[in-house]
Amino acid sequence: MVLGGDEPTGSLVRPYAVTRGRTRPQLEIALEALVETTARGRSGQFLGGREQKVIVDLCGGGRLQSLAEIAARMEVPLGVARVLVADMAADGLLAVHEPTGFGDDAADETVGTELLERVLSGLRRL
Amino acid sequence: MNQPADTSRVTSAKIVIAGGFGVGKTTLVGSVSEITPLTTEAIMTSASEGVDDNNLVPDKATTTVAMDFGRITIDQDLILYLFGTPGQTRFWFMWDELVRGAIGAIVLVDTRRLADCFSVIDFFEHRKLPYLVAVNCFDGERLHDLQDIRDALQVSPDVPLLYTDARNRESTKQTLIKLVEYVLSMRRTRTVGVG
Ligand SMILES: Nc1nc2c(ncn2[C@@H]2O[C@H](COP(=O)(O)OP(=O)(O)OP(=O)(O)O)[C@@H](O)[C@H]2O)c(=O)[nH]1
Ligand SMILES: [Mg+2]
Repeated sequence: MVLGGDEPTGSLVRPYAVTRGRTRPQLEIALEALVETTARGRSGQFLGGREQKVIVDLCGGGRLQSLAEIAARMEVPLGVARVLVADMAADGLLAVHEPTGFGDDAADETVGTELLERVLSGLRRL
Repeated sequence: MNQPADTSRVTSAKIVIAGGFGVGKTTLVGSVSEITPLTTEAIMTSASEGVDDNNLVPDKATTTVAMDFGRITIDQDLILYLFGTPGQTRFWFMWDELVRGAIGAIVLVDTRRLADCFSVIDFFEHRKLPYLVAVNCFDGERLHDLQDIRDALQVSPDVPLLYTDARNRESTKQTLIKLVEYVLSMRRTRTVGVG
């Protein structure tokens, strides 16, 4: 079990305070899930604090960021970033694009194969 | 603003880069990533299962596990992430999250410390995550016959095994391509078998 509510190491924010002691995210957001600021988030009217502003700016520049990137760039543990993002998504400030996934539990085999072919041709173009 | 017009198709994928301590995982990620590899940390609290949230206080015994990752924009709608596993393989809790939904894994090995990757290979086989074995040739030396390495690792003949140079972008690129080709070929075999 990954918990994020503990003492941070040299971080921008104090996670335990930021997440008000809650450490269970409402959604299971994947490490590589892409996060995008919504129009509501960009309007800046509904933001609840500095961390939300930072995330909205990070994910609002036309270059979507993964949950892992948000955690790394904010210098907060993964679990903390997950709670922040989940809350903001619930408030309509962010959209979360969950990955399709390739495991046995992947939704659709054909979609997965098509995606793999895109990855392959993309790598060949590098 | 300069958001892509339609982001509904946007998605991401990940490949796991695993191997023993100091085998060149971060170097490999950095050789193809479009960003300087970033590090993210997860904190594990011992005895965390079933603990009431309100009881979580910062003075519990905690362990921080760091993993680094890089990013490759495949096309406008598809981002590929490369996640390096934490060097210490005893923190398996983090690995569940790493492998969930992954395309597959590259197991980097150093022939001087072959045994370092045994537990990693066991883990991927148990989780049925496709992987290949890439021998990082430190100092450009290819001292061993690949077949000898395969025998020592006892990996099945289907598992691709190749030499790589983690510092070299082209070499890393070819290794990634090999992995995705392998995963695709496994899928085709499976489909034929079922159909
Ligand atoms: N000569 C040579 N040195 C390498 C090669 N790959 C990595 N190194 C060096 O080996 C050292 C360890 O490489 P890292 O990429 O940090 O290894 P790592 O697997 O990420 O290490 P941990 O995260 O600590 O487990 C660094 O000093 C690298 O510069 C290689 O192919 N040849
Ligand atoms: Mg490393």
